Amino acid sequence: MTEMAGRDMVIEALKREGVDLIFGFPGGAIIDVYDALEKDGTIKHVLVRHEQGAAHAADGYARATGRIGVCLVTSGPGATNTVTGIATASMDSVPILVFTGQVPTGLIGNDAFQEVDIVGITRPCTKHNYLVKDVKDLPRVLKEAFYIARSGRPGPVLVDLPKDVQNSMGDFEYPEKIRLRSYNPVIRPNAKQIERAFELIERARRPIIYAGGGIIISGAHEELRALAEALDSPVTMTLMGLGGFPGTHELSLGMLGMHGTYAANMAMANSDLIIAAGARFDDRVTGKIEDFVPKAKIIHLDIDPTSIQKNVRVDIPIVGDCRMALKALLDMVRDSGRPAEAWAEQHQEWLQQIETWKARHPLRYKEEPGVIKPQYVIERLYEMTKGRAIITTEVGQNQMWTAQFYKFDEPRTFLTSGGLGTMGYGFPAAIGAQMAFPDKLVIDVAGDGSIQMNIQEMATAMEQHLPIKIVILNNQFLGMVRQWQELFYNRRYVATKFEMTPDFVKLAEAYGARGFRATRPEEVNEVLKKGLETEGLVVMEFAIAPEEGVFPMVPAGKATTEMLLV
Amino acid sequence: MKHTLSVLVENTPGALSRITGLFSGRGFNIESLCVAATLDPTLSHLTLVTNGDRPIIEQIIKQLRRLIDVYKVVDVSEGEFVEREMALIKVRAEDETRAEVLRTCDIFRCKIVDVSPKTYTVEVTGPESKLNAVIELLCPLGIKEISRTGTIAMAREKKTALGRS
Repeated sequence: MTEMAGRDMVIEALKREGVDLIFGFPGGAIIDVYDALEKDGTIKHVLVRHEQGAAHAADGYARATGRIGVCLVTSGPGATNTVTGIATASMDSVPILVFTGQVPTGLIGNDAFQEVDIVGITRPCTKHNYLVKDVKDLPRVLKEAFYIARSGRPGPVLVDLPKDVQNSMGDFEYPEKIRLRSYNPVIRPNAKQIERAFELIERARRPIIYAGGGIIISGAHEELRALAEALDSPVTMTLMGLGGFPGTHELSLGMLGMHGTYAANMAMANSDLIIAAGARFDDRVTGKIEDFVPKAKIIHLDIDPTSIQKNVRVDIPIVGDCRMALKALLDMVRDSGRPAEAWAEQHQEWLQQIETWKARHPLRYKEEPGVIKPQYVIERLYEMTKGRAIITTEVGQNQMWTAQFYKFDEPRTFLTSGGLGTMGYGFPAAIGAQMAFPDKLVIDVAGDGSIQMNIQEMATAMEQHLPIKIVILNNQFLGMVRQWQELFYNRRYVATKFEMTPDFVKLAEAYGARGFRATRPEEVNEVLKKGLETEGLVVMEFAIAPEEGVFPMVPAGKATTEMLLV
Repeated sequence: MKHTLSVLVENTPGALSRITGLFSGRGFNIESLCVAATLDPTLSHLTLVTNGDRPIIEQIIKQLRRLIDVYKVVDVSEGEFVEREMALIKVRAEDETRAEVLRTCDIFRCKIVDVSPKTYTVEVTGPESKLNAVIELLCPLGIKEISRTGTIAMAREKKTALGRS
């Protein structure tokens, strides 16, 4: 047991948990932890330009690596600026740890300078949070914070550190292991339920695997692929599930839901068995809930019991780790001794039906002479990067076009804010991913609206010499809202047209980065080529067709079979 | 349908706020809420009356269990259970009604815990339905103030020895 100050305990815990990189922004109430960080000298700190950027960067780091992302900010506005980032991580089950400074315990509740009840504010959007009032509790709280953030269904944890606690001396005994009587996530799936699920699978003629972000979080992509191939069953993915099953695989139907493929939505609607794995039947997936999958039985694998039976009735709920559950199902399929041909034959008619849907309405767009189509930019980006880049997106049309036209074969290569839908997520997330993988190609696909929400982080990227490539699809609109106004509000474009947009090429240059612009289709290849080949931070701006829409589209509140097509 | 949940939570600051925040944030109802210490000083016991159909109650229970500070959740209204609530009722007791108040109290086995020239304060204990009945009867006499505790509840012990499990 060693005696040390609270500020040093924080650093020591980070080291013991294997953290070698954090994102943050200092201030008066956290200055002591910063001082301890510098004295220790083994943890790399990335200074962002806005605390929201720190939270998203920690999140991007976590999604790209599967490790925990950590950020460090001060009290008051420093803390509140992280809230969007925390809620983003919470909705998408991303393990991040946020340390906030706080005014000294004696001043709490006095409306002191830069005081805010951040624990109260973040209670509904963290997995758990702590206000540490006594340095005696700090080692235990630090251990619990890491454990809770990473285990079960992962999520953000916030630890609020009053200034006097940072500077109080205490005994530091860091628990190696921890058991919490009130928190025991179920990891191992129930064997009986697996058997029941297999019985349904054996009988199904039109099965479909509906795979979500849980596949990626639990590292179940190999098990998923093996199961799909063993059963000869088609697979569709949620936005969060992209990369969990190879997008180029012949059994892949691509994404489902509001902007999903025709084949995926038709297959769901006509299926007789849905195997939902690490997905939560979100309203963007189900459409009008009364008309969702009328003919299907549902097997639902999820580590979070609250996700099961929340939106739809489930026949076989299986609570547990997605990877273990899929592995158990796969073992049953293999042990059944049923030959591969038998499965193939059982699903042959179904797969043929799906092929006709695929052929009838593939993902497509209309080419127009002289106009850059955003889908074309993404297609070319996919081909030039051979699908090997880590892609982050902002939110809106840019995100949906990327999800549709970039084929993700590997998990943790597509980082996007699915649940909360946070504009301004993509660029700081790219910073987190590039810090984790300095040698990989990291690209943020953005719109002219969303890139401006955290554009200040270009300074961070330059300071850290990060060679991130930013693709801006510039339509001078807040495109997704404009699309809704066009379709459902009689083309009344309220507050969605930008009368003024900065010159993104000059802006890039102002930050010391490079900028390229394409305004005609024949320039797209050249700009992409130059942009990807140029070292360092690069902005590639494409002046796209201003009123291009994302299709297919299921209007909000409609059944998923009622798709608007190109 | 009305459900009575018995919840054990870690006795930490903020635990109650997590629970009430969960209800308001997800649009669930709280009809009554009662919190007190247990024999174990590190745990608090909370009795919560809520309503909703089966899927809603299932979701409420799961969401409660998901909270890191929640140790145990039991829907005591699933089986046989005893519920009690207490109320203090300050009722007008003028010359013409004093006897009537006392009679009512007698019938319901209430206790008079405070007396003034113009009022009685009545203590009544029982299931919610009994409290409502007393209040209804005393209302015409003139109730000045009511304070109710909210329901506490406990599952009945299984009568396995008698073969009636």
